Amino acid sequence: MKTVASTQYPVPSRAVRRWLQAAALALAVFVFMGAGDPDVRFKDLGHRMMCTCGCGQVLLECNHVGCQSSDKMRDELQAALDKGGSNNDDLILQGFVQEYGPTVIAAPTATGFNRVAWIMPFLVLALGIAFAVHIVRSWKNRPEPALADGITIPQGSELDEFRRKARKETDL
Amino acid sequence: MLALGLSAYCFLAGFVALFRRDAASARLGETARRAGIATFAAVLLAGIVLVVAAFNDDFSIAYIFHHSNRDLPAAYKFAVLWSGQEGSLLFWSLLLAGYGFVLRLRYKTDQRLFAYASVIIASVQVFFLLILNFAAHPFAVMQGALPADGTGLNPLLQYPEMVIHPPMLYLGYVGFTVPFAFALGALIMKYPGEKWIQITRRWTMVTWCFLTVGVFLGAHWAYAVLGWGGYWGWDPVENASLMPWLTGTAFLHSVMMQEKRGMLKVWNMSLIFATFLLSMLGTFLTRSGVISSVHAFAQSSIGTWFLVFIGLTLAVCTFFLIANRSHLKSEHKLESLVSRESSFLFNNLLLLVVCFTILWGTFFPILSEFVQGHKVTVGPPFFNRVAIPVALLLLLLTAVGPLLAWRKTSVESLKRNFLFPAIGSLAVGGMMILFGVRPWEDPSYFYATMAAILSALVIFTVISEFVRGGRVIAGKTQQNLLSAMIHLCHRNTRRYGGYIVHFGVALVIIGILGTPFNKEVEKEMGFGDKINIGPYTLVCQSFTQDDNPNYANEWAIINVFRGGKQITTMYPERRFYKASQQPQTLPRIYPSFREDLFLVTDVYLVYEGKNETTGRPIIKAHLNPLVPWIWIGLIIMVFGTIVALVPNAAAVQVAATTPVRAPAQVGAGG
Repeated sequence: MKTVASTQYPVPSRAVRRWLQAAALALAVFVFMGAGDPDVRFKDLGHRMMCTCGCGQVLLECNHVGCQSSDKMRDELQAALDKGGSNNDDLILQGFVQEYGPTVIAAPTATGFNRVAWIMPFLVLALGIAFAVHIVRSWKNRPEPALADGITIPQGSELDEFRRKARKETDL
Repeated sequence: MLALGLSAYCFLAGFVALFRRDAASARLGETARRAGIATFAAVLLAGIVLVVAAFNDDFSIAYIFHHSNRDLPAAYKFAVLWSGQEGSLLFWSLLLAGYGFVLRLRYKTDQRLFAYASVIIASVQVFFLLILNFAAHPFAVMQGALPADGTGLNPLLQYPEMVIHPPMLYLGYVGFTVPFAFALGALIMKYPGEKWIQITRRWTMVTWCFLTVGVFLGAHWAYAVLGWGGYWGWDPVENASLMPWLTGTAFLHSVMMQEKRGMLKVWNMSLIFATFLLSMLGTFLTRSGVISSVHAFAQSSIGTWFLVFIGLTLAVCTFFLIANRSHLKSEHKLESLVSRESSFLFNNLLLLVVCFTILWGTFFPILSEFVQGHKVTVGPPFFNRVAIPVALLLLLLTAVGPLLAWRKTSVESLKRNFLFPAIGSLAVGGMMILFGVRPWEDPSYFYATMAAILSALVIFTVISEFVRGGRVIAGKTQQNLLSAMIHLCHRNTRRYGGYIVHFGVALVIIGILGTPFNKEVEKEMGFGDKINIGPYTLVCQSFTQDDNPNYANEWAIINVFRGGKQITTMYPERRFYKASQQPQTLPRIYPSFREDLFLVTDVYLVYEGKNETTGRPIIKAHLNPLVPWIWIGLIIMVFGTIVALVPNAAAVQVAATTPVRAPAQVGAGG
């Protein structure tokens, strides 16, 4: 009598699942640790915006001599963070967008058409991998070129024996 | 104009000679070749005249007026040639003519293939000379009264590296025209075999080396001049130089599959075409101003010319790729998924995905404006988040690839060769955690840890390959291990030179992975004021100012202490260039090799400006760990390329006592 167990995916034991849940929780705690720290938020938000003076640099990295924009923007960012309360990161960024326009954000947002910017590279990677796998398979399945009469290609153990000899001779 | 006439003749006469096979057309072809050689002389003369005009302060020439002044130091007057739009296009043209000159002198290697390549190079030459004559004339004359002095060179360009960075980059950009010309020529004439690859192999490697040096010098220039403490800002023009480098690197790898196995022929053609087109795109981005960039010191309307040329080239390449595709069929099949061939395929894939990501990110603002009606910024956060994971995968392949054999690799040999590097790299990761790096706390720490582990894997792989091969040679020749490894390297320079380049790449990555651990402090400093940053104490000894005919400057004298002991004095500076009326900071950098060696850190000081009320300087101090390894990595990459260019030595002569009948061919698998 045949069983169907072989076609099912193995289910992790309860202990393994608990370990995985604990690991995920620990990871989440570490990832979000310090997220509310004003200094960390200042550094994070300051690196998510561009200086608007035309130097083309991230806000906190602009050291443009005599830059009128970056000092003002940094003060505004600090003031926004000092407000605290409901003034979350997204609202702060939104405020900067309203004041300076959408180009103040250093990377496309994950909304609307801007999502395409993020999706496309990974889509190309996925398609590329699929294409490469297809190519490799087609190469593997390609018929051998026709051989002249009397010539045979060694296969299996015979081929392994040749390889062993070759490795022994070159020792590499 | 003379050069344009000569190169146009070279193109047209050469073209006609290629398609008519009689004695008269052979003579016509020879005149075309000589016209190509004469083109070099004419363009060289034009370049010399422009440089002499700069040295003579001939401000009747508009280009000299806009890019030089009387008090500009001599080295920068020489660099005036490539400091502006028209001059740099002339320089492009000169380098192309120089490459063409060498190629046309060596035509006897394969006359017909060289004739095709010569005609294709002449067509590119005609394009640049057309622009120089009709859109961006370097000898345009000033209108009105003759000015007493020029407006000076852009202060950002007044730095020693600017004398060598653009020529290196241009040698790389322009150099890819040569393998492109040979590839297209071979495709058009359905050239039998892979000889064209062997002919162009050295051209391609030299060109790739120039481009590598150019890209890294650009990064170093940004680090040492722009004063923001970083070396790569994902600026569109920086990206433009990286894209052909990525496709060129992919080509250097995949072309080996064509040489050794007769595979990937269409792919290699496409890669070299893409590399050339991306080089042109880089020049277009630098010169057109279509995308805003910190390199926006040379913008004009020549973008249309470039777009037309790029479109035309793309059409020609695509046409011949399709028309002659039957000529590019693979000769062998793949035997195993675990083989050098498949690793090259995936290495190519990842390089191209990184290239696509950069291209996509660079042009997305234009696409966004077209679709949404407004531009968005695609800055460092985007590139770091998207390109870094793919680059880490690429690093993994760099480590694993050399361990795979051509055709098929047994799992046992992979395990045997992989064990030592894998243990070593995991130990590096463990040590990082032991020393306080918490990869789970921040994505940047996670990437840094992964990059460290994979870089170590690459380094240990390279070392194990050298040691393993060296031991074999040592056993057969009774040399010590070091001599045996040098001998081994000389036996197969291409393979082991490539490994040295991989070693350099790993060091570059190690230099980059220090970024998340950077520190910075900004402070107004009076006499005796201190900044504490990391293990360093910076004490302001004094601040002062100076003046010379070219610029006036302010600078601070900062003593650097570590563990209570003074280790150096640094002089961060801010200049004000008189001719251009522009200010410029000049950071000072101290790499702590003497104190740290492996964990070397740059102490990086910037004179931000002066508090007008107190008159005291504002100093920004950065600690940038591991950055010096980037520049050391570059030197090793260049050394590896030079090794790879050296011809192989003769076979190892096995000692008489060794019980082997024939001389062993060691290290011939690369």
